[in-house]
Amino acid sequence: MNGISLQKKTFLIMGVANQRSIAWAVARAYAAAGARLIFTYQDERFKSKVERLVEAEMPGSPLLPCNVSSDAEIERLVKEVEAYGVLHGLVHSIAYARKEELAGMYVHTSREGFRLAHDISAYSLTAVTRHLYPLMKEGGSIITLTFQGSQRAIPNYNVMGVAKASLEASVRYLARDLGPFGIRVNAISAGPVRTISAKGVAGFDRMLHHAREITPLQRPVEASEVAGAALFLASDLASAVTGTILYVDCGYHIMGA
Amino acid sequence: MVNILEKVKKIISEQLDVDESSLTAETTFEEIDADSLDIVELVMALEEEFDLEISDQEIENIKTVGDVVNYIESKL
Repeated sequence: MNGISLQKKTFLIMGVANQRSIAWAVARAYAAAGARLIFTYQDERFKSKVERLVEAEMPGSPLLPCNVSSDAEIERLVKEVEAYGVLHGLVHSIAYARKEELAGMYVHTSREGFRLAHDISAYSLTAVTRHLYPLMKEGGSIITLTFQGSQRAIPNYNVMGVAKASLEASVRYLARDLGPFGIRVNAISAGPVRTISAKGVAGFDRMLHHAREITPLQRPVEASEVAGAALFLASDLASAVTGTILYVDCGYHIMGA
Repeated sequence: MVNILEKVKKIISEQLDVDESSLTAETTFEEIDADSLDIVELVMALEEEFDLEISDQEIENIKTVGDVVNYIESKL
């Protein structure tokens, strides 16, 4: 037991696709700390898988649909979440880009591909926060997941890196806006983690090898370690931390080559 | 290598929620309604089970259960 308690606090977890999802690792850490969790899933495609996971490990946790590309769905979600009382935090672990634009040259990015990547991967944080923050009446913690491809040109990450840069800037503006409400907004920049989304980036296995070769800790990060940082950020230990990008990547980001 | 086929069938049935007894080497992923995300999840489970890496190129060539078995056999 690490001593961090999230007892009597309610968190909304967005972005569980399966048991390998970073959002799922975070949910486990929050649940172990005593938090009450509400989950969302993207659409019917993901429903039964997430349902089985939640039922097996956190039975009774509400599970609600929300496709973040739709304002109507976000508004419906917020109404449903409101029924569970005061909200203390949000974990946003959602991103999307077309598979063909996560390979080859960034210069070939289409207008629609650019729009889609930014809508789902960056704007969705603002869209969801915009509607949810009024439910966070006691303050709280909003966390999103980013990747260093926002700061450096990483092969095949392409338009997702550009969207992540927008996401990180959104974190700063949201932190500034919501500070007066006692709401902290932060991002975790995780090193490559073997998730279904990561596997969608061409040559992902090479990235993992690269992490093993160049990180000071000589290994890739585990999802449970990302969850540890998310637990810290959600807890009172991080009461003065807002607007930051916390690197949880075994030191990947400090290395040149 | 019958046991690789059996292992692969078991993993597919667990991952994709299909009846193991309905799977043969000739079963295509299209027949069992596996979409591209299902294939990626399956590949990840296979990589863990057999401790190997399946490249993006090779994933695109996987059409049937037998393709998976042949690929794993070639790597072991």
